[in-house]
Amino acid sequence: MTSIKNRKIADLIREFPFLTSFFNDNGLEISGKEELTLTEYFAGFDEDEIEDKAIDTENLMFQIGEFIKQMIAFLGKEDDVVTTVTIQPGFDKSRVAEDFDDLVIRQGEIICIVGPTGSGKSRLLGDIEWVAQGDTPTGRSILVNDRIPDKKWRFSSADKLVAQLSQNMNFVMDLSVYEFVELHAESRMVEDRDIVIGKIIDKANSLAGETFSPDTPITSLSGGQSRALMIADTAILSKSPIILIDEIENAGIDRKKALSLLVSEDKIVLMATHDPVLALMGDRRIVIKNGGIHKVIDTTDEERKILSTLEKMDRTLLAYRTKLRQGQIIKKIENT
Amino acid sequence: MNLVTISGPPSSGKTSVILKTIDSLKKQGLKVAVAKFDCLYTDDDVLYAKAGIPVKKGLSGALCPDHYFVSNVEEITNWALNNDFDILISESAGLCNRCSPYIKGIKAVCVIDNLSGINTPKKIGPMLKTADIVVITKGDIVSQAEREVFASRVNTVNPSAIIMHINGLTGQGSFELSTLLYEEALNIDSLKGMELRFPMPAALCSYCLGETRIGESYQMGNVRKMKVED
Repeated sequence: MTSIKNRKIADLIREFPFLTSFFNDNGLEISGKEELTLTEYFAGFDEDEIEDKAIDTENLMFQIGEFIKQMIAFLGKEDDVVTTVTIQPGFDKSRVAEDFDDLVIRQGEIICIVGPTGSGKSRLLGDIEWVAQGDTPTGRSILVNDRIPDKKWRFSSADKLVAQLSQNMNFVMDLSVYEFVELHAESRMVEDRDIVIGKIIDKANSLAGETFSPDTPITSLSGGQSRALMIADTAILSKSPIILIDEIENAGIDRKKALSLLVSEDKIVLMATHDPVLALMGDRRIVIKNGGIHKVIDTTDEERKILSTLEKMDRTLLAYRTKLRQGQIIKKIENT
Repeated sequence: MNLVTISGPPSSGKTSVILKTIDSLKKQGLKVAVAKFDCLYTDDDVLYAKAGIPVKKGLSGALCPDHYFVSNVEEITNWALNNDFDILISESAGLCNRCSPYIKGIKAVCVIDNLSGINTPKKIGPMLKTADIVVITKGDIVSQAEREVFASRVNTVNPSAIIMHINGLTGQGSFELSTLLYEEALNIDSLKGMELRFPMPAALCSYCLGETRIGESYQMGNVRKMKVED
């Protein structure tokens, strides 16, 4: 990184094309000034400009260097594949040690988290997100791929362990579906953008009951369609290996397909839910009590049988709902 | 004692973040006080007092709020030093996005929220670009994609900052922030000789002095005109 200060802007951009977005996002106009070195470029601002635009030359030089370092690291590395995340026991709110062996969660697994409000579900999630090393209130430690994890999982904004899908989430941008996914793909520097965007929209449509087009404004999507797009987008574009789902409402979206999409993209799925149809789809469930992991239950064969009964009931309920929506008079629906 | 300057646009969630973070700091045995700076009105001091946190409030009124901050920060720091606090947190709103209250050698935190729009990181000056830690709030109500895009935009304008997500309602993430605030190496016993990270703009014109009439003949001092063609 020796003296980028004395290199021409044009050369820098040729070598590091991503610098264009740095100049752009920092409001630095460079067109027509490409032949200047960075030092010459910054020296070209007069006092008024420096004051008006709040240009901090020293800081910007430093930040350009940082940005280049980060982007090289980001682009150069293979995506780290997270195959396992291990939770090592700490203690509950009464400082009683948690009674479980290392809890290893694998790629493609669905784990449910159950327990009343305030029992400590968020703290468990917080421990995973912050890759706790015995330094959080629970004293738990988190391992990634059986090893003490790299600090980047804690501090780098591009490498977050956990992505979230929650019932309260809404789209707030004023964009079409296509533009929206494109923006996300851009920020992730994805290649073959068109293909990826197309795949996400297709998948979302296969999850949603009613289809939408790439031109639909995201803010006018129905609840089910929004949820479907969020899930498909997160499954395919988010880099985070773990997806936390905070309930998925049972309307306008095929929840089973949604989960299998996430699993097929090699995500670890953590689901905070008390909906039996969702919870029993999981491989295991973690029971939280008084701030601690109280036990870990493997979904039993009997539970799986019960699940298929519940799913049948679920479908019946959905069929009634559809009839209602279509303006029909409700008649008894026999087994669906 | 550590001084920590926290600033951010109005309603971005500064007070909620600070209250939750102080909960965690207290559990670590640290004595924390707050200095709340605002313009015309705030009742956040009541919230702090209710939470048992010693607080001083300053309203800038007719003065530029960041200038007011910098004219008072030394006195407030001395108050906190005299009272043996471990941490003094200053909270101030960045109003015109041009100034920042950050001081060299003093930890600086900027709080902005996901709802403010993805172009917001571009619009905020030194308050965002020179912060050590950027806290992003309201991530629980926007989509994961928007969270990721917003964070990456923040990263482009301030690559060296630590970017964290905090939920001001539940406090999720505030414990993590609390572990990054206090550093023995950053202890101070006075602000004498310290400097702002970035100068505040000079603006002194007849309107600063109370002029209300419109028209060129009433404009004196540091006045600049837009270029309006045709």
